[in-house]
Amino acid sequence: MPRLNMSLEELRERALYVRRDIIALLARAKSGHSGGPLSSADFGTALFFHEMNVNPEQLDDPTRDMWHFSIGHVTPVIYSLMGERGYFPLADLLGFRQLAGHLQGHPSRHDTPGIEVSSGSLGQGLSVSCGMALGSRLDGVSRRVYCIMGDGEQQEGQIWEAAMFAAHYRLDNLCGIIDYNRKQIDGDVEDVMGIAPLADKWRAFRWHVLEIDGHDVKQILAAFDEARRAKGKPTVILAHTVMGKGVSFMEDDFHWHGMPPNPEQAERAMRDLGTSLEEWTQRLESHTQAAVAPGRNGGR
Amino acid sequence: MSGGAAVTAKGSGLAKPEMKRTREGFGHGLVDLGESRPNVVVLVGDLRESTNVSFFAERFPERFIEVGIAEQNMMCVAAGLAAVGKIPYLATYGAFASCRSADQMRVTVAYTDLPVKIGGAHGGISVGPDGATHQAMEEIAIVRSIPNMRMIVPCDYWETRKATVAVADDRHPCYIRFGREAVPVVTTPESPFTIGMANQLREGRDLAILACGVMVHEALVAAADLASRGIEARVLNVHTLKPIDRDAIVRAARECGAIVTAEEHQVHGGLGGAVAEVVVGTHPVPMEFVAVHDRFGQSGKPEELMAAFGIKAPDVVRAAEAALARKSAKR
Repeated sequence: MPRLNMSLEELRERALYVRRDIIALLARAKSGHSGGPLSSADFGTALFFHEMNVNPEQLDDPTRDMWHFSIGHVTPVIYSLMGERGYFPLADLLGFRQLAGHLQGHPSRHDTPGIEVSSGSLGQGLSVSCGMALGSRLDGVSRRVYCIMGDGEQQEGQIWEAAMFAAHYRLDNLCGIIDYNRKQIDGDVEDVMGIAPLADKWRAFRWHVLEIDGHDVKQILAAFDEARRAKGKPTVILAHTVMGKGVSFMEDDFHWHGMPPNPEQAERAMRDLGTSLEEWTQRLESHTQAAVAPGRNGGR
Repeated sequence: MSGGAAVTAKGSGLAKPEMKRTREGFGHGLVDLGESRPNVVVLVGDLRESTNVSFFAERFPERFIEVGIAEQNMMCVAAGLAAVGKIPYLATYGAFASCRSADQMRVTVAYTDLPVKIGGAHGGISVGPDGATHQAMEEIAIVRSIPNMRMIVPCDYWETRKATVAVADDRHPCYIRFGREAVPVVTTPESPFTIGMANQLREGRDLAILACGVMVHEALVAAADLASRGIEARVLNVHTLKPIDRDAIVRAARECGAIVTAEEHQVHGGLGGAVAEVVVGTHPVPMEFVAVHDRFGQSGKPEELMAAFGIKAPDVVRAAEAALARKSAKR
């Protein structure tokens, strides 16, 4: 089942599961990033459970859409999405960042099947996605390529080299998504090194620019639709989000960029998300076969 | 063995060799591939003429990608192309390929282990008048320290052409270093070329001279001079720096008892270092290093720069004499 086309209600539920997965795996690893994974959970879920044609049962499916997280540090959300979508058993999430597991701190193609290209050094992913989009077009393959970037990452010069390249080659099969949560490790993005006016910059680089509430699933799906219809230029979606979204004490606080919750904080976070750490960890432990993880109605 | 500086290569066939540019070998190798491999694509960073990828561009424009002056982007676009099944070759000057886009080569290309083929033009002090910024002399050290990478420094036109074609069949990322100037042709279209296998060009048991790139010719000239005084030097063309031919190096150490390495590269981390890593771990023998000794290049004519920086045949001869002296002192 390459494209799941989940409903809005199902997507909202699945995004909640993804957030719980993120907290559970961070609590177990005692290491990793909390803020960005939680802010990108909604559009990430919309990509994996509605928009993209992906096939975890056949990773080299030549018709698959391709996705690439240029922000490699958000592995908690990447792996949670992959586990929920059936790339590997959810139980594997509990081995995050550990020697015995296959889930590296930053995504690695040779450790985690399904990762197309390893990432972790910021600024490189849009260029990689340009290569995927151009190569697909050369082969007459009608796939779409989705590149997830950070807002702090916009400070990297290479992003703008790639922006120029994509517009020059009119890569309309390429869609960039920026997790615009306005925070980076050292503080507010505008305090650290201002990137505004970001939409104007992308427009000036000849991209089709959309701005949405990155937590509103309806707006997210509408933006993906419009991106697919836009011809002759690539599209970038500025998804306005809240760092740490869904966990009250993490929201909008840059200190949570690169920090995991301690056991007590993880418990509080899980209460915010409507479950307990023990209950949710048990769900992960019991999912030992790679398959789309069941939702409230038994999954798909 | 006194003097030794006046190298004469009379009777060796080395006096007036045919001269040809290695970068043309890269350009022609790409055209060979364009015909045989439909998934080969070529990227360039605004240097299509001087890297000779223009040959490919003229024949296969639909598979030629101009990236502009953006080497970091080029390295990663190539990675994306490889991720969808292409065999991308990219071309720029070695100074930029190895340094400007080193992080992209390390993380995106090598960590993912994608078959991106990097053509680093204008390697070495012999680049000449452009001066230090454009004389790449650190590529071997940088590239061979990165896991999964292959590093090849062909010695002439034919070997560059063969290496360019050969790396298409290797599933790993690879860096090929070539130069700017016409250099002596020391191999033939029929000479063997296998990635990772050094070629012995001259037999000898008094010492071994291991060289790469344009220094292979200088090594042959030096060996001819040494032979005129009764010293028989084995000459090995170590075109592949990684994976390096350990067996050939160990044999050279065992059978010759002294080694000189010769390269147009910084002494730190280059061919000499790679050979020494093998020698000290297996069969330690006296070694001397002909290389650029920890300094930036400068403007000048290629030949006079090579002499000024101590990497001409007479320098190889002097290093051979020093190695031989240490070898006899050891006995």
